Amino acid sequence: MVPLTWYLLVAAALFCIGAFGALARRNAVGVLMGIELMLNAVNINLIAFWRYVGVTQMTGQLFAIFVITVAAAEAAVGLALIISIYRQRSTVNVEEIDTMKG
Amino acid sequence: MQQVMFIVLSLVTLAAALMVVIARSMFRAALWLVLTFFGIAGLFILLHAEFIAVAQVLIYVGAISTLIIFAIMLSRGVMDPDARRFNDQWGVVAGFGAVLFVLLAAVVTRTRWPVALADVPADAIQRLGGDFVGSYVIPFEVASVLLVVAMIGAIIIAREQES
Repeated sequence: MVPLTWYLLVAAALFCIGAFGALARRNAVGVLMGIELMLNAVNINLIAFWRYVGVTQMTGQLFAIFVITVAAAEAAVGLALIISIYRQRSTVNVEEIDTMKG
Repeated sequence: MQQVMFIVLSLVTLAAALMVVIARSMFRAALWLVLTFFGIAGLFILLHAEFIAVAQVLIYVGAISTLIIFAIMLSRGVMDPDARRFNDQWGVVAGFGAVLFVLLAAVVTRTRWPVALADVPADAIQRLGGDFVGSYVIPFEVASVLLVVAMIGAIIIAREQES
């Protein structure tokens, strides 16, 4: 059996890779992909804790499904926003989308 | 055997995730993202969460990746492939990511987790469904409202403005 720590380490690495993508990418779609990676890392943690700590209760899996739901909604709205911005300003570079900058 | 499977799956997942964030072409990044999602589904199967693994393949590989590829196709041409991939702060962000990982790894390996290994109950998926319409019925309904709102919102935001 694989120790719980290994799963947590993989999830931590995945989260950090996703955070790098979300913060360093110039393309808005790339930022969104980084966020998806971070949400997936959270799901790995939830399922690993369900399996190793509380397998008799289904709370871990339930929360993973709620995270997947929120991720789907977020991706749909985020990509709609990107397409709308592309139509109006012909750019998907997050450095040029600065209308709300103070 | 399980250890070998775990190591192979996590190496594939992490390598693909790294390619997602460093790939020059956004389209290639999206294809690497599909591989990452498959690797994570494999990890879920290793954890005996078969239902979540199927949901992962259906929703992430089937829906979200397709949506992302559509968005890349629709916004193509503006980002020329020779342009810079990262913004000016990427060095700082890479350092931040490395420090965060070291911090998380230190916490994860030093904490004594209350591991209580037991066999997965045979009726796990029935219980999952029962919980959804039982003690978690309110969050379940709120999630469905959220999905409807997101769908309507996405249509309204992405609609062609006639003016």
